[in-house]
Amino acid sequence: MFDRDKWQEIFSTIKKNKLRTFLTGFSVAWGIFMLIILLGSGKGLQNGVSKEFASSATNTIWVWSGQTSLPYKGMKPGRNIQLENKDYEEVKASVRGIDKSSSRYNIWGNNTLSYKKQNGSFNIRNVYPDYADIEKLIIVKGRFINQPDIEHFRKTTTISTQVEEALFKGEDPMGKYINVNGVPFKVVGLFTDDDSRDENMRTIYLPISTAQRVFSGDNRINTIAITVGDASVTESKEIEKEVRARLATLHKFDPSDPRAIFIWNSLEEFQKFMRLFASIQMFIWVIGFGTIIAGIVGVSNIMMIVVKDRTKEIGIRKAMGATPFSIVSLILQEAVLITSFAGYIGLVLGVVVLETVGSNIESQFFSQPSVDLRIALYALLLLVLSGALAGFIPARKAAAIKPIEALRDE
Amino acid sequence: MIQLTNIHKSYTTGNNSLHVLKGITLKIEQGEFVSIMGSSGSGKSTLLNILGILDSYDEGEYFLDNAYIRNQTETKAAALRNRYIGFVFQSFNLISFKNAMENVALPLYYQDVPRKKRNRIAMEYLERMGLQEWAEYMPNELSGGQKQRIAIARAIISKPRVILADEPTGALDTATSYEVMQLIKEINAEGITVILVTHENDIAHMTKRIIRLRDGQIESEVLNGKPPIIN
Repeated sequence: MFDRDKWQEIFSTIKKNKLRTFLTGFSVAWGIFMLIILLGSGKGLQNGVSKEFASSATNTIWVWSGQTSLPYKGMKPGRNIQLENKDYEEVKASVRGIDKSSSRYNIWGNNTLSYKKQNGSFNIRNVYPDYADIEKLIIVKGRFINQPDIEHFRKTTTISTQVEEALFKGEDPMGKYINVNGVPFKVVGLFTDDDSRDENMRTIYLPISTAQRVFSGDNRINTIAITVGDASVTESKEIEKEVRARLATLHKFDPSDPRAIFIWNSLEEFQKFMRLFASIQMFIWVIGFGTIIAGIVGVSNIMMIVVKDRTKEIGIRKAMGATPFSIVSLILQEAVLITSFAGYIGLVLGVVVLETVGSNIESQFFSQPSVDLRIALYALLLLVLSGALAGFIPARKAAAIKPIEALRDE
Repeated sequence: MIQLTNIHKSYTTGNNSLHVLKGITLKIEQGEFVSIMGSSGSGKSTLLNILGILDSYDEGEYFLDNAYIRNQTETKAAALRNRYIGFVFQSFNLISFKNAMENVALPLYYQDVPRKKRNRIAMEYLERMGLQEWAEYMPNELSGGQKQRIAIARAIISKPRVILADEPTGALDTATSYEVMQLIKEINAEGITVILVTHENDIAHMTKRIIRLRDGQIESEVLNGKPPIIN
């Protein structure tokens, strides 16, 4: 098989049949090239959306209140449910599996923030310290709201870099007081959020205890957010159910009432996205598979033509004493050599294009395209094998026909 | 050397069966110089192909150097062809992408002779044909006479016992034909059996024995222009 003389014979044949070699090689190189680009783009898409998700904890359960829609224990539907501090405390204390948790009290309406002569309208979110982890805020300066702030009803605030720009105009905001609806709060930190939603950046955070007292929120809260650590979807659904049951008891509504409270489980959403990815991935594989099939058909076609083209040569060789085996192996080794070499070139080209062009495309849903080289090598192997098989059938046929018929072939 | 007994051969195309050889009995001794003549369709090329183990026959017996040739595997046939027979074709049948020297060396490739050695031997044979300067030329750069001389060199490089030539001068002009025939004569003089198919009388008369075929049967045999002998 690894007879040096035979390789020399093959190389001299390849050298003298450049067009044929090129055509065979091209279909393989093209197939592999396209596959690499395709797989790489798929990966890029996945990386992009994963990055999008990375900016918010993927294991969060959000709870907010609604209106009952089912009668329960003699009470009519249509009651408003108002979440309160004690609901949060109760959930936090009694439901197992909670990692981080925070309630949130929103102040609706136009909130005017001002510093010196600058002012603007922004969102105010009043939360516990854990909230920074839940929202995955990035603290760029100072700190987030902390436990002493909550306990001592301190008037502190952590503002977004966007708010800083709007109010401070380049002045250092740390330790300065801003007016929040007329009440001065001391800036203790600056945050940013690489979430794409502008909403999250047009926001300041206050300690929830202070805000409820200062802005007459009493003990009302709007939202409860908890993270469930590394719980699985099933565990997370279990926790979700427990939270719902606990709140149903506290507020006396039917636990199966879908409108009394609303729960958004991001882990479940994340899983949905993962499933979407799986579908996209599969779609890419289907196309990739199609590309490979096209490559195989291309190689097969050319191999058949090559064998047809060489029928006379085969006849001559047989008359000179070539055995059928030597004919078949000559053609096959040539095919394997060409396809693997061309496939390698396609592989390298594909990777080069991905690295140069692909890495310059950086958008919301596309990032760092890369390809699993092992898969690409398998694809290459598949192409080489199918090329060999495609060559083998006609080559065997050609080697089996009588030399006289092969010689007669013009 | 060659012993044919009652050889029959027919070709089937669709529903039509064409009976080409209808019982050929023939004996050719080592060192003979034989020509097979006949009009087109007389079966002369078919006979030559059977002799060259390029084609099979339906009935009869064929012994080549006392070996019974019948329904052997392609691999066995290839080995027999390589060892016993050298071919010369009307259309030369050189491999177009190999140069003159490589074409001549080809049979040695199938004898597992190392590349350097077979190229050296091929050069010797090209020299003998007076073509050493053309060793690097491709077939399409050569004249018909040169091509046929290369084909002859290729046929004899494996030191065969029999040379089978199918209309070796059919594509050549008269002067070149005579040159080629002179070469073949020289080869025969070395003791190699030569059997050639031709339809040209002057070519046939350069051989020592003329076998005429007609409708798949031997019509007559002439020994060196003398009256026919019957087997």
